[in-house]
Amino acid sequence: MDLLTWGRTPWGEWILTHISWDLFWASLFAGFAFLLAHGSYMLLSAHRKRDAIETDRLEAARTDLPARISRHSLAARLFHWVMAAAMFVLLFTAFLPIVGVQFAWVTWHWMAGLVLTASILFHIIHATVWMDFWSIWVGPKDMPELKAELLRELGHEVDGPKPGKYPLGNRLYHLAIVLSGLMVVTSGLFMMVRVRTPFFTRNPYLLDDAKWGFTYVAHGLAGVALVGLVMAHVYFAVRPEKWWITKSMILGWITRRQYLEHHDPQRWIAR
Amino acid sequence: MAVIRDVMPAFELFQPASIDAALELLDRYGSSAWVLAGGLDSFDWLKDRIKRPSVVVDLSGITELKGVRPMGDGLEIGAMTTLTEVVRHPMVQERYSILMKAAEAAASPQIRNQGTIGGNVSQDTRCWYYRAGWSCYRAGGNICYADTPTAINREHAILGADRCVAVNPSDTSPALIALQAEMVIRSRDGERVVAAEDYFIGPGTDITRMTALRTGELLTAIRLPGSWAGAHFYFEKVADRNVWDFPLVNVAAATVMTGDTIARMRIAVNGVAATPLRLAAVEDVVRGKARDEATAKAAGDIAIAGAVPLQHNAYKVPLLRNLVRRAVRGTENTWTS
Repeated sequence: MDLLTWGRTPWGEWILTHISWDLFWASLFAGFAFLLAHGSYMLLSAHRKRDAIETDRLEAARTDLPARISRHSLAARLFHWVMAAAMFVLLFTAFLPIVGVQFAWVTWHWMAGLVLTASILFHIIHATVWMDFWSIWVGPKDMPELKAELLRELGHEVDGPKPGKYPLGNRLYHLAIVLSGLMVVTSGLFMMVRVRTPFFTRNPYLLDDAKWGFTYVAHGLAGVALVGLVMAHVYFAVRPEKWWITKSMILGWITRRQYLEHHDPQRWIAR
Repeated sequence: MAVIRDVMPAFELFQPASIDAALELLDRYGSSAWVLAGGLDSFDWLKDRIKRPSVVVDLSGITELKGVRPMGDGLEIGAMTTLTEVVRHPMVQERYSILMKAAEAAASPQIRNQGTIGGNVSQDTRCWYYRAGWSCYRAGGNICYADTPTAINREHAILGADRCVAVNPSDTSPALIALQAEMVIRSRDGERVVAAEDYFIGPGTDITRMTALRTGELLTAIRLPGSWAGAHFYFEKVADRNVWDFPLVNVAAATVMTGDTIARMRIAVNGVAATPLRLAAVEDVVRGKARDEATAKAAGDIAIAGAVPLQHNAYKVPLLRNLVRRAVRGTENTWTS
């Protein structure tokens, strides 16, 4: 399997042109392998959840909380679904031609790319100004939570911290999406300069051939990474035990019981 | 241009005697097999050593692929029928003279003796940046060298460019589209028939292919329906030389008149885009109109809608407009600008 493809310029230089599409198949395979592995694990694992009696006790003690806890604002939900729609259009227009479904995809692709870019810009501003910016990020401070979650996965009762607003897996996923998303958007915006759009005068000389090659490679790598990441995201969104999170991205709220069962009220103070 | 060398890279040559045998070879060798018809496109690639297939399947020994025969109220032309045979066939001359003119406009007598109609419609683009072997979009890379501010792109596209600005160089293709021809494609999985205008693939759909032919498929025949037989035909090609040259722009139109008005028309052009273009908007505008200067002028203006010339090919815009006007008028008499 080749990882990268190379081309020859009129000046006889060998330069990177883009990734090998074998990597798309590799990402698809990795995505399915992960789903299979995780699905099997969930059937057999001894994941320790807060039990019903304990949750009953917490719920009785916190009657001051509203029955519905707001988890995602309307703006946050709109961003999520617009971004999701753009992402699906981008992935389908990028990869369907590679699997043999031929159609004129370029215009749809860059239009969806602009929608994605706009939605990400909106999200950055919205999250910075109106949301708890640091609640989604991971860092060294989360090591105790990681350790506790790993032990819970092994069936142990652990006093360690429970998640704040976002579970650890959610935050790690967000980090991966941020990295791959920014890479694909940045490289994509540069690549738009090389195609005809109403927004720019084409300028194929903006970068030299070698830098263009790296740009295309970066776009391709981020793109195939997103294939696997989106597969995993959809998989978790439809898993029965995660449905309450998915539902909250539609309705905007979770129940008081779900809040107390899955979150640490000290780390995510519901209002 | 790349330097044409005398000795081609080594390949394994197969000369099947039947379509089934050819399809079996194409199936066995997949994308490493190269289909050889008349060789006029192929040998450039092979001698330039840009394409290095390990297997060449020469179709010249397959009798089934040759000849012109009646089919229903129309004709079927084998894909390996030479352009000279097409030009000289009495039924083509009598009923489909537009195809005769188009085939006769291709290249030179020697080339028409060797070149086939299947090869003429399936040939690759002549963009020299692409044929020099550089890694342009069409060659699998990430740039169009012909669409840069300093490129030499006098012969390139003014319509339908999508990253690549190469044009289709076929003379017979617009005539076949005007005649509502069907392309018969066979593979080991069976036969499919596509309309001539759908046989050609633009860069927006697949930037590395010119036709709908997929790996393992073979164009076996071209069918001409009777519906346009004997219509008023118009074909004109403008090239830098009168012989042995590819079109800068060509136009083909088939028109059926009712009295003094145009009952129906099919019109197609080539040399302006990566595929031959059927001008459906022009056909709609002229339907039911008198075949006069006003109709021709409207048709010409519509034909160039959306044209985006490159650095050196703006001349193609008035050229296309005027050729369409002349095709609609059905006369070459007045050269309007």
